[in-house]
Amino acid sequence: MEPILVAKNLSKKYGKVVALDDANLELYPGEVLGVIGDNGAGKSTLIKVLCGAVIPDSGEILLDGKQVSFTSPIEARTLGIETVYQNLALSPALSITDNMFLGREIRQKGFMGKFLRFLDKKAMAEEARKRLSELGLLTIQNINQLVETLSGGQRQGVAVARATSFGTKVVIMDEPTAALGVKESRRVLELIGEVRARGIPIILISHNMPHVFEVADRIHIHRLGTRLCVIDPKKYEMSDAVAFMTGAKEPPAN
Amino acid sequence: MNKISDDISKDLKDQPKFTTDIGNKDQDHHSFELGEQTTLKKIQHFLHGNPTIVPVIILILSVIGFGFIAGGKFFSAFNLSLIVQQVTIVGILAAAQTLIILTAGIDLSVAAMMVLASVFMGKLSVEMGIPTLPAILVGMISGVATGAFNGLLVTRLRLPPFIVTLGTWNIFFALVIFFTGSQSIRSSDIEANAPLFHFWGERINLGGFVFTYGAFLMIGIFIFLWFLLNRTAWGRHVYAIGDDKEAAELSGIRTDRMLVSIYAVAGLVVAIGAWVSIGRVGSVSPTSFYEGNLDSITAVVIGGTSLFGGRGTIIGSLFGALIVGVFSSGLSIAGLDVLWQRFALGCLIIIAVGIDQWIRKVSN
Repeated sequence: MEPILVAKNLSKKYGKVVALDDANLELYPGEVLGVIGDNGAGKSTLIKVLCGAVIPDSGEILLDGKQVSFTSPIEARTLGIETVYQNLALSPALSITDNMFLGREIRQKGFMGKFLRFLDKKAMAEEARKRLSELGLLTIQNINQLVETLSGGQRQGVAVARATSFGTKVVIMDEPTAALGVKESRRVLELIGEVRARGIPIILISHNMPHVFEVADRIHIHRLGTRLCVIDPKKYEMSDAVAFMTGAKEPPAN
Repeated sequence: MNKISDDISKDLKDQPKFTTDIGNKDQDHHSFELGEQTTLKKIQHFLHGNPTIVPVIILILSVIGFGFIAGGKFFSAFNLSLIVQQVTIVGILAAAQTLIILTAGIDLSVAAMMVLASVFMGKLSVEMGIPTLPAILVGMISGVATGAFNGLLVTRLRLPPFIVTLGTWNIFFALVIFFTGSQSIRSSDIEANAPLFHFWGERINLGGFVFTYGAFLMIGIFIFLWFLLNRTAWGRHVYAIGDDKEAAELSGIRTDRMLVSIYAVAGLVVAIGAWVSIGRVGSVSPTSFYEGNLDSITAVVIGGTSLFGGRGTIIGSLFGALIVGVFSSGLSIAGLDVLWQRFALGCLIIIAVGIDQWIRKVSN
């Protein structure tokens, strides 16, 4: 099987600090790839390069086998790489529907939409409801509820629904459970399962080992700015992963 | 739906589990509860979702209150319609100001911008003999250009809107003095050369209620902006930028370009206000509306729009302007000194911002 997203030999320096040193990454269709690493290992730089927030000094990114380059998250998004940011990038004072379609609104047909540029609120609400129920988030009763009235987990749900709604090829999730309690974290892990079940591969960055080991199909371990190894969570213990991450143990040869 | 859940539970079974004992995977496994709510919390939530309710209540209470205090004179059709006439200019400025404040900005230059546009219109048509309509067009362009200039300074130089417009307020005011040489353009000259400038000041009597055309235009502007803000993507983006600029950027909104366009639209509204102001005042005076900047901010704040951006309604600002008008009128009919009007207004501003702060706490 061909990987859907490939990062090859990415390098990035901030002054004398080497954040990425010839780093590689492959994401295969339909999988959840966990990305773990110690603080300062360069995993957030890696993710920022993949989502367009940071431009690498060298290296290339292939999406569906074609080389791509982007200079902003918006460009990455138009190519089908969606990111659910740790802070979710939602507008709390806007409704769920408004948030899901922010920057990609549906306009009314005919004169009203073309010349007066009126929004098709009905179509947007319907679509939003459909997306949320596909992800099993139907319990959000009112689609026109303001996002700030939602709980942390619900907001995560809205952000994920938005990320998976527009012809998405890859979803990057940055620390999706970091701000959540135990129960809400569980819902979000299930949400990740739902997204994968719909065939959209996910890159999951998390500090939470149990969460990564529970949902990831493969785990990419990042160390000193590059990929140390990729392990199968069924074959290794969490303590092994931590040992690889910190350099206490030699990684397996891939 | 069922099929998907089945797939997932199958998928999840294949996963190693470390926390199976946490959480309950029953049919309610996707519900997220909201906490218990007290009555006060409910009120807070309600006001939070309906920020215009507060100014509406204040407006109704103040009209009733002044009806008692000031008596029938206050309640007369003539006086009530006079209030609407009196708030026309501040109302239009407040409409423009609302757009800026919704983006978490502030515009101290709106009134100076308006006077500058009216000076261009007056100078061109009265003193240079250019036909009225092209002169009006130049005035509109002046408004859009000065507004966009503010927007460009805010976005390109990354300066706080407060500082930018504090600067441009003085710049625009200086330009007004430069172009007019501190001389007013007389009402009689305008009437003789460009009577169209007085159009919005003309009155119409509807069963005792006397309205200027300008008052209708003001209401028209509010309705237009309401549609713009609530029914178009542009309007939703105004809110998104004020709410969380970074999030808006990440959602794909070109925030800098949007901000410049918001300032430019505000400038256009201000320029329309300039035309109306010539009708209302009769002449073009370089020193008029000196307090218009702060009055417009007062109306917006009393109207329930948050100075922190992203929250508020355009119609609230209309109510805010009307509240200010009702207070001024009511207190003066009641025979109170002007100082008490200022005093009351000051209290209103502080109460309005206090309520806003309290309502905003809801999201935490």
